[in-house]
Amino acid sequence: MQTMLKVENVVKSFDGTGVLKGVSFTLDEGKVIVIVGPSGCGKSTLLRCINGLEQVDSGKIYLKDELISGRTRDMHLVRQKVGMVFQSYDLFPHMNVMQNLLLGPTKALRKNGEEVRREALAMLRRVGLEGKENALPRTLSGGQKQRVALVRAMLMHPELLLLDEITAALDPEMVSEVLNVVIDLARDGMTMAIVTHEMRFAEAVADQVLFLEDGMAAESGPPEQFFHHPQTERARRFLRSFSYESKNSRKEKQDE
Amino acid sequence: MDWSFIGQHIPDYLSGAGVTLRFGLYGVGCSLLVGLICCLCRYFRVPVFTWLARLYTELARNTPLLVQLFFLYAGLPRVGVKLSADACAVIGLTFLGGAYMAEAFRSGLESVDQTQKEAGECIGLTRGQNIRYVLLPQALATAVPAIFANVIFLIKETSMFSVLAMMDLMNVADTLRTSGGRTVEVLFMLAAAYLLILMPVSLIAYWVERRLRYAGFGDQRPV
Repeated sequence: MQTMLKVENVVKSFDGTGVLKGVSFTLDEGKVIVIVGPSGCGKSTLLRCINGLEQVDSGKIYLKDELISGRTRDMHLVRQKVGMVFQSYDLFPHMNVMQNLLLGPTKALRKNGEEVRREALAMLRRVGLEGKENALPRTLSGGQKQRVALVRAMLMHPELLLLDEITAALDPEMVSEVLNVVIDLARDGMTMAIVTHEMRFAEAVADQVLFLEDGMAAESGPPEQFFHHPQTERARRFLRSFSYESKNSRKEKQDE
Repeated sequence: MDWSFIGQHIPDYLSGAGVTLRFGLYGVGCSLLVGLICCLCRYFRVPVFTWLARLYTELARNTPLLVQLFFLYAGLPRVGVKLSADACAVIGLTFLGGAYMAEAFRSGLESVDQTQKEAGECIGLTRGQNIRYVLLPQALATAVPAIFANVIFLIKETSMFSVLAMMDLMNVADTLRTSGGRTVEVLFMLAAAYLLILMPVSLIAYWVERRLRYAGFGDQRPV
């Protein structure tokens, strides 16, 4: 299997405060990595470094075999291959849903508008937003906006998708409608790096988990290991703070 | 009030209004361009140009247009640069207006959430595409009142062009006043002429502002 993303010893600080202190991981094509950790541990910064919204201080990031860190001039070409969705949706408020969806493919990729429109309608239907193509973002609910944002990113046909706490701003009843879309994408083989505080979702979607604390990878491994047999005390403490018990650990308790 | 005097001199005022309006619009057009460039330099922190744009803005805003015009018209020829009065008028007004427009655009751009810029970057837009499709439409919605205030201000500032011996409204009135002595009629017509030019601009500004507000441009709150 081909390596999609390789992060090597990435260091980043803001105003002298170290946020990432040498983080490394690799992600294979078609796999999903979930990055968890206490707030301020550098999860979001790590994602932002990957698509160049922040410049790394040192370290290297490769997409497939292409070095993508430390570039400034042609970063937009990299971003056409690396999609990102944010906590705050960030739809363009002056455009309707379809205009939001078409902008990237028709302008950045110079694709034919009609073709993209057809594809966009199909994707909207798939995420349960049929008939919303002419709606303005402000008339949509948070969950609907976030699904539009996901479709907007997917229409670029990215090789890698970065999701930065995409349900953190949503009302609880809307979380699952967004996460189901992500689980669908994972099933279709989309390579993703996901930052989330939804532990149940993380366990369901992850192929590997990276636990960051204080800018360092405190633990990393397959989800079964991280969620059920965390190796470090810090990870155990973190999971306890969510009072997270996966199905298995509950079962274990019953067995006892 | 001597109405026959007024009627007799309407053609003079019309030609003066033509000069005022024409050079006012040239100045406004160039100001918008200069303002936009300066503001984008500052917004994107383009090395060196950011600094130059700031210096220029401060210089232009903190010196009177009259002084700027004298500098262009009387000062520059001393160092061998001779410009026509028309050129001085347009350059002078642009120098002043560009700085004001830059600040108006900047207020608009800074009101657009930083995350909008990032969202545009994340779908692979180039910087130019991001400006054109994402940032400027939203920035303009906020900046429109300030931009129109500047348009009106700049058209009024054309009254300084009389020092360049251009026959704009101000100079027409001044000439009539000193030759005929009918100060009340002359000044009445002068005020009326400026009012007739600027009232429509105000109305257009009002209309555009309302349209943008109804369209919900640059406004993410529910209606």
